[in-house]
Amino acid sequence: MPEPILKTHNLAAHYGDFQALYGLDLEIHQGEVLAIIGSNGAGKTTLMRSLTGLIRNAPGQISYNGQDISTLRADQVASLGLAMVPEGRQLFPSLSVKENLMIGAQVGRKGPWDLAAVYRLFPILNERKDQPSTSLSGGQQQMVAIGRALMANPDLILFDEISLGLAPIIIKDIYDALPGIIGEGMSAVIVEQDIAKALSVSSRLYCLQEGRISLEGASDTVSRDEISRAYFGIK
Amino acid sequence: MDWVNAIVQGTLLGGLYALFAAGLSLIFGVMRLVNIAHGDLIVLGAYLGLTVTAATGLHPLLALLLVVPTMAAIGYVLQRGLLNQTLGDDLLPPLLVTFGLSVILQNTLLEVYSADPQKISAGALETASVQLGGLSLGVLPLFTFGLAIAVIWGLQWMFYRTAMGRAFRAVSDNQDIAQLMGLNRRHVFGLAMALALGVTAIAGILLGIRTSFDPAIGGGRLIFGFEAVIIGGLGNLWGTLAGGVILGVAQTVGAKIDPGWQILSGHLAFLLILAIRPNGLFPRISA
Amino acid sequence: MSLQDYSVTRSSPAARIAALCALVGLALLIAAPWWAGRADLRLMGELFLYLSLASLWNLMAGYAGLVSVGQQAFVGFGGYMLFALTMFAGLHPLAAIALAGVLGALVSVPVAVLIFRLRGAYFAIGTWVIAEVFRLGFAQVSALGGGSGSSLPVAIVKSLASKRAMREALSYWLALGAAVLVIATIYLFLRSRKGLALTAIRDNELAAGSLGIDIWRTKFTVYVVTSAMTAMIGALIFLQKLRISPDAAFSVNDWTAFVIFIVVIGGIGTIEGPIIGTLLFFALRETLADLGTTYLIVLGAVAIVMMLKAPKGVWGLIRTRFDLQLFPLGYRVVKRAEHKGQND
Repeated sequence: MPEPILKTHNLAAHYGDFQALYGLDLEIHQGEVLAIIGSNGAGKTTLMRSLTGLIRNAPGQISYNGQDISTLRADQVASLGLAMVPEGRQLFPSLSVKENLMIGAQVGRKGPWDLAAVYRLFPILNERKDQPSTSLSGGQQQMVAIGRALMANPDLILFDEISLGLAPIIIKDIYDALPGIIGEGMSAVIVEQDIAKALSVSSRLYCLQEGRISLEGASDTVSRDEISRAYFGIK
Repeated sequence: MDWVNAIVQGTLLGGLYALFAAGLSLIFGVMRLVNIAHGDLIVLGAYLGLTVTAATGLHPLLALLLVVPTMAAIGYVLQRGLLNQTLGDDLLPPLLVTFGLSVILQNTLLEVYSADPQKISAGALETASVQLGGLSLGVLPLFTFGLAIAVIWGLQWMFYRTAMGRAFRAVSDNQDIAQLMGLNRRHVFGLAMALALGVTAIAGILLGIRTSFDPAIGGGRLIFGFEAVIIGGLGNLWGTLAGGVILGVAQTVGAKIDPGWQILSGHLAFLLILAIRPNGLFPRISA
Repeated sequence: MSLQDYSVTRSSPAARIAALCALVGLALLIAAPWWAGRADLRLMGELFLYLSLASLWNLMAGYAGLVSVGQQAFVGFGGYMLFALTMFAGLHPLAAIALAGVLGALVSVPVAVLIFRLRGAYFAIGTWVIAEVFRLGFAQVSALGGGSGSSLPVAIVKSLASKRAMREALSYWLALGAAVLVIATIYLFLRSRKGLALTAIRDNELAAGSLGIDIWRTKFTVYVVTSAMTAMIGALIFLQKLRISPDAAFSVNDWTAFVIFIVVIGGIGTIEGPIIGTLLFFALRETLADLGTTYLIVLGAVAIVMMLKAPKGVWGLIRTRFDLQLFPLGYRVVKRAEHKGQND
């Protein structure tokens, strides 16, 4: 069994006096697509912020490819090959579509993803490349956000609630494109409230409930009943 | 004709004011910081120019080659060493820290150079003039105005056409996500301040050649820069040039009516614009 | 254990002790002209005037969030009104001081309407512009001495009191009275509903607005009242100085820089802060004043360090460490005394 690309050890997170994550131990295996599900406030986004270095962590809590990244800054973590498609897209309003994509390549990592590759994946972005990024529709903005993360040629890519605020048909289109995006060698984490979608693309899942892991299992064998209980915290 | 002359002189003066304001505008645009010590940093630039020309015998415009990088380095260290700590949601720390900085700067200059008025000598440049359509235009004001246009053009080009400009805009939009893209915001802010102080050095030396200066005039220069930014509208460098011109013209026209009214006219013009167009003439962002 | 075992109160043992000490201290201070020397009396008067200015600036900046670097506009305005009203309208100096306050309030209204269009640091610089306009404006008035200023005529000075000792005592009492009045006004204001609204605005403007608090109106009121009182203090200051000029009246250093340092070092956003700050400032000044510019550099550096390391000032440090509040403003839950013979 190869080393997990990312491993957390007793990961905790606080906002002032409020504790959001309680001692999480989770693993992301090389090349897998992992789903993390949970209701609002379960701690999913806090977990993402901890992993990417946007939140200060205590040392020894997160290791990436064997290296302790717990106390690294977000820009340092990004240069190691961890990219995120943030919740709510969060494109840069002052930048055009093309510039948003180019900023994604700021880390300077080599790989198959460049502007041409992203335009092949999402041709509509090439048509709108000089427009202000926030003038696009929700689905198109999500494409830009995904493209922006890909431009960093990451080894591990985190998708934080990409279906939020999008029409079902757009969500379907994006999820259909996912297998093509997560190509050879890339590992991915899909954070979702939409359980069906998350299960459809992932091989394994964790469920978070009030800052703790309430379920871990294989996406194709775990039962609806188990998920309901874990999601809502019913014992 | 006299009035035309006043307006033309005012317009050229606006170039100098735009240079005062450019650094202020840049910093506010990138990190929403208003540096109360900005005027004193202009004066610092003038004093550095004075010292370099006195020590090396170089012409002040050549001295720019030494002073601009020096001030840029000071800006980077200042930002990373002190001002980065003040950034956040609370408006008090950056305001009060830069105010304290202003007092420290003024009094340090007072200690080192004394309160005697100084002037940077630039030889023929100071008094040379050209005849244009019946008017006598000073070469220095013309050169200053041209330089202001060049600097603003350069800043706009940098902002919209280079990777560094992209980084500035991204960090000013959303610091967290910019960090996710591999941008170290502390470094980016340092670069922004370095650039701003480089421009400020140019403003300082041109000020020093044009008029006599002493450590206490910083506050006045900050106010002129600030008025140019507000008149022109926030977030728009060309607007700042327009604001500088309006301010300059208001001053020279006021001086024509009564010499004692020069600066007051500028302030009154500013207050008038504030009353009827609070966001300035060509705003891009709101305060 | 039940609710009846607890009560909610504003006061605390520390506050009660402080109030007692304050009364004793006040009695001592009122008697000062009899036990203090001339120079000390003058120093204390100056201290009380700075305390007043600092408390007023603190009300605006620490509570209403209006950071002004232009309060010298009203200090100078008040000073010039004193001279103008006594010299040209024949008013008694005391009446002139009161009227200067009223005029200060009137003038501050259009000023506020203009500069409230600016926010944050831009508002601050806007206040400075206003001060400059006042300075340049008064420098144009030749009747008041133009750019070089004028001295208060002897007749007017003597109208206060004919003997010098009496005049100095009167100046001192006026300064002490001003400080007491300012602090009392601020304290009572903060205890009132309007004051609660102000504290809410300070803590979270967005939330306060959504509760229906009229933010603009509240800030406007604070600005006008503060400016009016600042003008009165300005009139008092120049009554003591006996001479006025535009540069002295509208000096950024004297009336803004020092005031800001006092409040920052003492503790912004509390009533006790400016008191501590003024005492520290004067102690610093007496020991360092010979050093001239170095003194100001040190002051600036101390203010910067305070803002970064201890943003709540010296009083903030004391308050956090000892959970002290001398002016009873906040509410606290206190356990009532145990009744003997009652078991749980």
